[in-house]
Amino acid sequence: MMDLVTILQILDSTLRLATPLLFACLAGLFSERAGIIDIGLEGKMLVAAFFAASTAALTGSVWLGMLAGMAASVVLALIHGLASITFRGDQLISGVAINFLASGITVLIGENWFSLGGRTPSLEGAARFQPVNLPFAETLRDVPLLGPIYADLISGHTILVYVGLLTVVATWYILFRTRFGLRLRAVGENPGAVDTAGVSVVRLRYSAVIICGLLCGLAGAYLATGLAAGFVKEMSAGRGFIALAALIFSKWRPWYALSACLLFGLLEAIGNRYQKLEILGVVIPGQFMQALPYILTVVILAGFVGKATPPRAGGSPYVKER
Amino acid sequence: MNLTKSFLGAATVVAFGAGAATAEPGLIIDLGGKFDKSFNESAFNGAKRWSEATGNDYRESELQSEAQREQSMRRMAESGADPVVVLGFANASTLEAVAPDYPDTKFTIVDMVVGQPNVQSVVFAEHEGSYLVGMLAAMASKSNTVGFIGGMDVPLIRKFACGYAEGVKAVNGDATVIANMTGTTPTAWNDPVKGAELTRAQISQGADVVYAAAGGTGVGVLQAAADEGVYSIGVDSNQNYMHPGSVLTSMVKRVDNAVETSFQTAADGTFQTGIQVMDLSNDGVGYAIDEHNRALITAEMEAAVEEAKAKIIAGEITVHDYTSTDSCPSLSF
Repeated sequence: MMDLVTILQILDSTLRLATPLLFACLAGLFSERAGIIDIGLEGKMLVAAFFAASTAALTGSVWLGMLAGMAASVVLALIHGLASITFRGDQLISGVAINFLASGITVLIGENWFSLGGRTPSLEGAARFQPVNLPFAETLRDVPLLGPIYADLISGHTILVYVGLLTVVATWYILFRTRFGLRLRAVGENPGAVDTAGVSVVRLRYSAVIICGLLCGLAGAYLATGLAAGFVKEMSAGRGFIALAALIFSKWRPWYALSACLLFGLLEAIGNRYQKLEILGVVIPGQFMQALPYILTVVILAGFVGKATPPRAGGSPYVKER
Repeated sequence: MNLTKSFLGAATVVAFGAGAATAEPGLIIDLGGKFDKSFNESAFNGAKRWSEATGNDYRESELQSEAQREQSMRRMAESGADPVVVLGFANASTLEAVAPDYPDTKFTIVDMVVGQPNVQSVVFAEHEGSYLVGMLAAMASKSNTVGFIGGMDVPLIRKFACGYAEGVKAVNGDATVIANMTGTTPTAWNDPVKGAELTRAQISQGADVVYAAAGGTGVGVLQAAADEGVYSIGVDSNQNYMHPGSVLTSMVKRVDNAVETSFQTAADGTFQTGIQVMDLSNDGVGYAIDEHNRALITAEMEAAVEEAKAKIIAGEITVHDYTSTDSCPSLSF
């Protein structure tokens, strides 16, 4: 049953399904490492998906769509920043509000523009991301084992999948190898110390929130113009929350985030392929596979597998002492 | 000021007119919108057709949010509209409470049964329509493997799947039907990404015709099937136009006929409360053939399906209804 072709197809699907999670998870990573808890990842993805799809539909250019999606997501990120940094509001409530706002406004604008019940028209040709065939994919296909892996698994994805993988490297480098990253992490642990050192806490947190918006924008654009061909209301379908689970599961570290997202993607891909999975005579229902990311997160949070310590200043607004 | 007066005057005339003549029928468009290319648009078309044919007007309102159901139902009834047509199973609990307060008003609910003396409940024989598209799928398939992708895993969707599987097996007893559900929560209706992944997974297992009964998720199914070069089957309204040449056919539910019939029978005085079944015999369900899929359906296929349709209407073939036994002889979930 489990031949090489099947395994490759499942892994191929894993990579596609993990990419939006990965973008959203890294977005959350930047934000939470800077001390801003963000449960509005879902809403930002949704708004980005809508503006990416509708701009691509109107202009015929997927790149303009992507930029529009990122811009819309950044606007919501700035609202979150304004509420939680400038006005020192409750970050959870602001995040929830952003999710509600996104879910309503996408359908409202969509209905007004396209009159399709909140959908956007189907995208075709240059209005969608097309698969990228890496060099020599076809010539190397006949090489045993490595050929199919290269041709079927590694090649043939849309450009954003590769961008997503590179973003992991970039995130690691920025957070752990640059001065900006050091300060960003410090502001999530002890903003007072950063302030004492003469670095603006507010500016650092705003930049983290903006980076978060940009990455959520990529996640949404990938959903609507890479994986699907158009926007459907509520199409983020809880992926922002799975990404949050992945963020906790990965203990707020970029490389772990990659493995967590790939794991969650793999679970979904297996669940899609085998809705009833039979292992050693025991039938596992598909619903269990769908719930597994959350169960794993609870297990991690409960401290059974290592310990997940969030950034210490996460969730609390910074008030300068006088 | 003058303008206001003339508006008021006009309003009075309308109000008196409504009271004097027979009442106008009313239609409440459900969430999703009037031009959703599906359920609601079909209902709107039915109302429009009735209006054009008879020259009478009808009232219409459009829900903007879940919370407005009761308010708009009551407002429509109080404005004197009769009958009041509401669309979709989500209205059932509200109508159950509202209908007894307006005993002289007739109500029609589409897709759900409400047991009140003044309510007409229109339900569709989705399994019969699905049987016919299942036959077409089996005849179009070269790999002898066909797929089904449902939205939320509820009995109604299993009814679609079961009828489809029965149709497939009727043509080719050896054919494999792969049935997947998108999920168990309402997000399963709006997840085209997962729909596309499920489609690809089914295609890699050999499926070359995929039937989507999954709302917005189906958009992703049809798209993935078109991208991968296999056939798909649309649902509810005629979706053949979405990917001409790839959408084999659509299983249509004639919501427009249900609305038109409700309006017309109320005007004739032949309106019947209770359960009205829309099935193959009264063209309540069926399969769509138009210019977009004409080339995909051969004359033999059409003849075979028409023959089966006649037999179902005559009672020679009984299509199993999943909801009657909560099980399906041709398919295991």
